[in-house]
Amino acid sequence: MGTPTLGHYLVLSGLLFAIGLAGVIARRDLLIMYMCLEIMLNAANLSLVAFSRFTQQVRGEVFVFFVITVAAVEVAVGLALLVSLYRMKRTTKAEEITALKF
Amino acid sequence: MAWLLLLAPLSSAFLVWVALRRHPRASQAVSITASLITFLTALGIALGRIEAPASLAWIDLPGLRVEIGMTLDALARLMLLMVTGVAFLIHVYSLGYMAEDPGRGRFFGELSLFLASMIGIIVATNFVMMYIFWELVGVSSYLLIGFWFEKNSAADAARKAFLANRVGDFGFLLGILTFWATCGTVAFHPEAARALAGNWLAPIVGLLLFCGCVGKSAQIPLHVWLPDAMEGPTPVSALIHAATMVAAGVYMLCRIFFVLELSPEALSVIAWTGGITALVAALIATQQNDIKRVLAYSTMSQLGYMVLAVGCSGTTAAMFHLTTHGFFKALLFMGAGSVLHALHHEQDIWRMGGVGRKMPLTFVTFGIGAAALSGIPGLAGFFSKEEILQVAARSQPVLFWMAAFTAALTAFYMTRITLVAFLGQPRTDVVRHAKESPLVMGLPLIVLAGLAIVAGYPFFGIVRYLGGQEAGENSLLVPAASLTAVILGLVAGAIGYGRASREPIAIPLFQRKFYFDEIYDWTVLKLQEESARLLSWIDQWIIGFVLVRGGAFVVSLGGEVLRLVQAGNLREYAFVFALGAGGLLFLLFGR
Amino acid sequence: MEGFLFWFLAVVLLGSAVAVVVNRSPVASALSLVTTILALAGLFGLLGAYFLAAVQVWVYAGAVMVLFLFIVMLLDLKAEEAAPIRTLGMGAGLLTVILLGAGFWHAIPASAWEANGARAEEANNAASIGHLLFGAYLLPFEAVGLLLLVAMVGVIVLSKRDV
Repeated sequence: MGTPTLGHYLVLSGLLFAIGLAGVIARRDLLIMYMCLEIMLNAANLSLVAFSRFTQQVRGEVFVFFVITVAAVEVAVGLALLVSLYRMKRTTKAEEITALKF
Repeated sequence: MAWLLLLAPLSSAFLVWVALRRHPRASQAVSITASLITFLTALGIALGRIEAPASLAWIDLPGLRVEIGMTLDALARLMLLMVTGVAFLIHVYSLGYMAEDPGRGRFFGELSLFLASMIGIIVATNFVMMYIFWELVGVSSYLLIGFWFEKNSAADAARKAFLANRVGDFGFLLGILTFWATCGTVAFHPEAARALAGNWLAPIVGLLLFCGCVGKSAQIPLHVWLPDAMEGPTPVSALIHAATMVAAGVYMLCRIFFVLELSPEALSVIAWTGGITALVAALIATQQNDIKRVLAYSTMSQLGYMVLAVGCSGTTAAMFHLTTHGFFKALLFMGAGSVLHALHHEQDIWRMGGVGRKMPLTFVTFGIGAAALSGIPGLAGFFSKEEILQVAARSQPVLFWMAAFTAALTAFYMTRITLVAFLGQPRTDVVRHAKESPLVMGLPLIVLAGLAIVAGYPFFGIVRYLGGQEAGENSLLVPAASLTAVILGLVAGAIGYGRASREPIAIPLFQRKFYFDEIYDWTVLKLQEESARLLSWIDQWIIGFVLVRGGAFVVSLGGEVLRLVQAGNLREYAFVFALGAGGLLFLLFGR
Repeated sequence: MEGFLFWFLAVVLLGSAVAVVVNRSPVASALSLVTTILALAGLFGLLGAYFLAAVQVWVYAGAVMVLFLFIVMLLDLKAEEAAPIRTLGMGAGLLTVILLGAGFWHAIPASAWEANGARAEEANNAASIGHLLFGAYLLPFEAVGLLLLVAMVGVIVLSKRDV
């Protein structure tokens, strides 16, 4: 087990992203889909940090900082939407929410 | 000062239209004052006291400069003098003729508008300005023909005149545009037309411009409106449809002769059109019973003479005849109008007879006009017709013989209406109670009769004013032929109608005006309706069904198919999106 | 040592991520997500991004996950537990994983495997990030602050029944 290179990290990030996306596609509950979205965001973060480390630039980490902030915002707003959706439809199944207007 | 020519009648028309329509006396006064001012200005210009003003640039773009200006050369000055003079006399005459018409305020306003537009045509310095006033003349002619619009026939005649003129004007407009596209200017400058010299477009431009003349000067085949235009009040017929507006076409040909002379082909088409119109109209005139229609066809015929002269490169002859014809034809129409006024608008010559004894002044002046028109030596018409025949004899011998024959016909039909209407025994009660018209109507007759006598003599100076005769030898054959023709016509008329109380011979072809109206009706009914039906079918089935509804059907079908994909399921979207993203990765980095 | 830590964390990361996807119970999914995030924080630390590792733990494992769990408790999601995961969805998911994974594999340049550069010699990692944040990236930083404010207002508006 030698020292991991940039390639290792990128493959790891890609796999994590794919798993997240697979979750978004496979799961039917909006809440779980949200979690998978978070996984995908984190995968992107991992590759950013790895690039930052291997090219000796702090800028990548600044981006990650922004991504984390925006992700937090997204979760907050998204979950609030989810709650109000649930209040109206009594469900969080993606299949059952197919119209933009009720 | 010269702007008064346009401003006086325009402001009169404006004033009448805005404020005085319901005040006949005031509008009469305004309109007559305006026409007098115009006439005096024209006189001042002709005597050289008033100079042409500087042009105003109206449109000034790269490649297009349109000016509002005034051309005051000999041609324009002569025409101005004739038009304003006749117009003034007719304004005065209308005082009497229209005295009992409640709408005469409007009538005088429209006369002023017409006068302004006519002057605009005369002084125009370029094609665009001429076209504007050309159309204005068409509009005022429409208004005046339809003056008694409550009569259906008058309204129809007005529409017919307008439409026939539109057809000609469209050609005129195309001609102007082609001229502008080729020469890069719209001004009347002989140098400007240099680009056309030897160009294959030259005959096309010439003939397109001639279309305007065909419409306005009632040449075959667009002549059908002129006889119907006699539905208008008689002063209008005298002013517009005899002396001035219909002459505008001929004047325009003279004005743009620098374009026409570039193409011998166009000139010969013009000459033939004129010659045929002259002959056909004269033939029709011999069998008409309505006194105004006879005069209308006679006008057409004389206009044909003028167009023939232009086609034979005789612009001076054309303008000479235009001027003398303006005098004696206005005289004839006003004489006829005076008769109609006395006979309570009885227009059929077979219901007159012996009018001459009741109305001596009208009879004498009408007789002078008829003699002048017939070309009896010593009167104006003789000299000017002679000029035209000379020009024709020089360049188009066939047309010369046609024109000489037309001269005989002219003498014949003028003898006919004079004899039938003015001599013999009164045939109806209306005639027996007829009285001479008032002095306001008599005075213009006297003035015009005087002009119809003297205008042709060399000392009156019309030809000299225009810059002399066209060069070329005058053959002795011409006066001989025309004299013979006149005498033949007179004698034939006298024999045929000396004692007749009804038509001795009837020729349906001439009575029905060569069936032009019927032919046009048929064309409209059959051809146009059939083509309209075809177009409607195309519109309904090809455009409406296949293109419009078919297009809509294909789009909505596509929508229905695509709707299956857009079920609103988030996960499907995510999946498709992922496939797209993966595909993009392979596209970008695939090795 | 670094190699061992990397592989260990990588296995934990992927394993817990798969657990998030396949677990029936939302609570279990949420807890697996916490594990994923912690493993990722470890990897950040391994890469020398100590500040981000700390932020990751605070913000994600702390705030965001608490929010998730709170919502899970708030909504009655028993039904989800009973519902089977459809094979079609699973197949599509797997296909995606394979496709994207291969795509990423392709996309990684060969040079990446040699990029075994030295660790960034910026001992004071947090300080340098701070300099960038309040220097070159001041405007985006303020914009993100505003975004947070807007989100806060938006969440309040959305959650109240009658505004």
